[in-house]
Amino acid sequence: MVEAILFSLIIVAGTGGELCVSRAMKTVGEVKDFRPLSIARVILRALRVGWMWAGVGMMALAFFSLLGALSFLNVSFVVPVTALSYVAGACGAMFFLRERVSRRRWAGVCLVVIGVTLVFLGKR
Amino acid sequence: MKSQKPLHLKTFLLILVMVIAGPLGNVLLSKGMKQTGSLAWWPPSEALHTVVRVLGSGSVWLGVASLLTFFLANILVLSWADYSFVQPASSVAYGVSALLGCLLLGEPVSPLRWTGIAIICLGVFVVGQTSPQSHPHSPTQSLERGSQSLEST
Repeated sequence: MVEAILFSLIIVAGTGGELCVSRAMKTVGEVKDFRPLSIARVILRALRVGWMWAGVGMMALAFFSLLGALSFLNVSFVVPVTALSYVAGACGAMFFLRERVSRRRWAGVCLVVIGVTLVFLGKR
Repeated sequence: MKSQKPLHLKTFLLILVMVIAGPLGNVLLSKGMKQTGSLAWWPPSEALHTVVRVLGSGSVWLGVASLLTFFLANILVLSWADYSFVQPASSVAYGVSALLGCLLLGEPVSPLRWTGIAIICLGVFVVGQTSPQSHPHSPTQSLERGSQSLEST
């Protein structure tokens, strides 16, 4: 049960965090100048967007959940299972960011699901 | 015309850093978290002890440093290389994590799990091969309306 909660938090909060940060960065605009001062300005602009704070909070939650999972599960089991974030990412991109997800990407997502299923079945 | 060779070398070196630092960070975190023992979150005094134990682990700090190295290498390489090139190249990190877990922590990995990990790497590779931009126009317009509601709060 604890395992399922931690994996859900890692995948959902991690992907949710990335989507929120992605949404914030799209609001901020494309970064074209990589000089330190310009990057600092972009970060300051991003911090004024609510989505950025929501994203950072969710990513922190995902990180602490990962720490929790690694405290009693093998890393060779935890890390491959976190690849399910690609499934959550594809769904989130489609429903949350309103992006079009290609058939090829869905094929990759299906392979990830098959792989994670085998990892679960191979758990000792 | 500027030679592409130094750029290729820089890209491959940073991808190598990503493929090693990311999995190594996870393995070090795993080692540190297992050394800290069971995590108790209640009552609050126990939670404080747990936090102190986790922060007192050298492996956890090394793991965080390793993951930060991965993050930095990822950001740097993405500033000049295509996402569709970097992402599939880093997909082997899932396999490297399992390999390091097996070699450094002595974790048992069954053949079925190795097969699953190989298929995950292939899946992540396929996902990364797709175009990073699904719309010919900027997606900013479609997001503006949604973002405004949160910004105004």
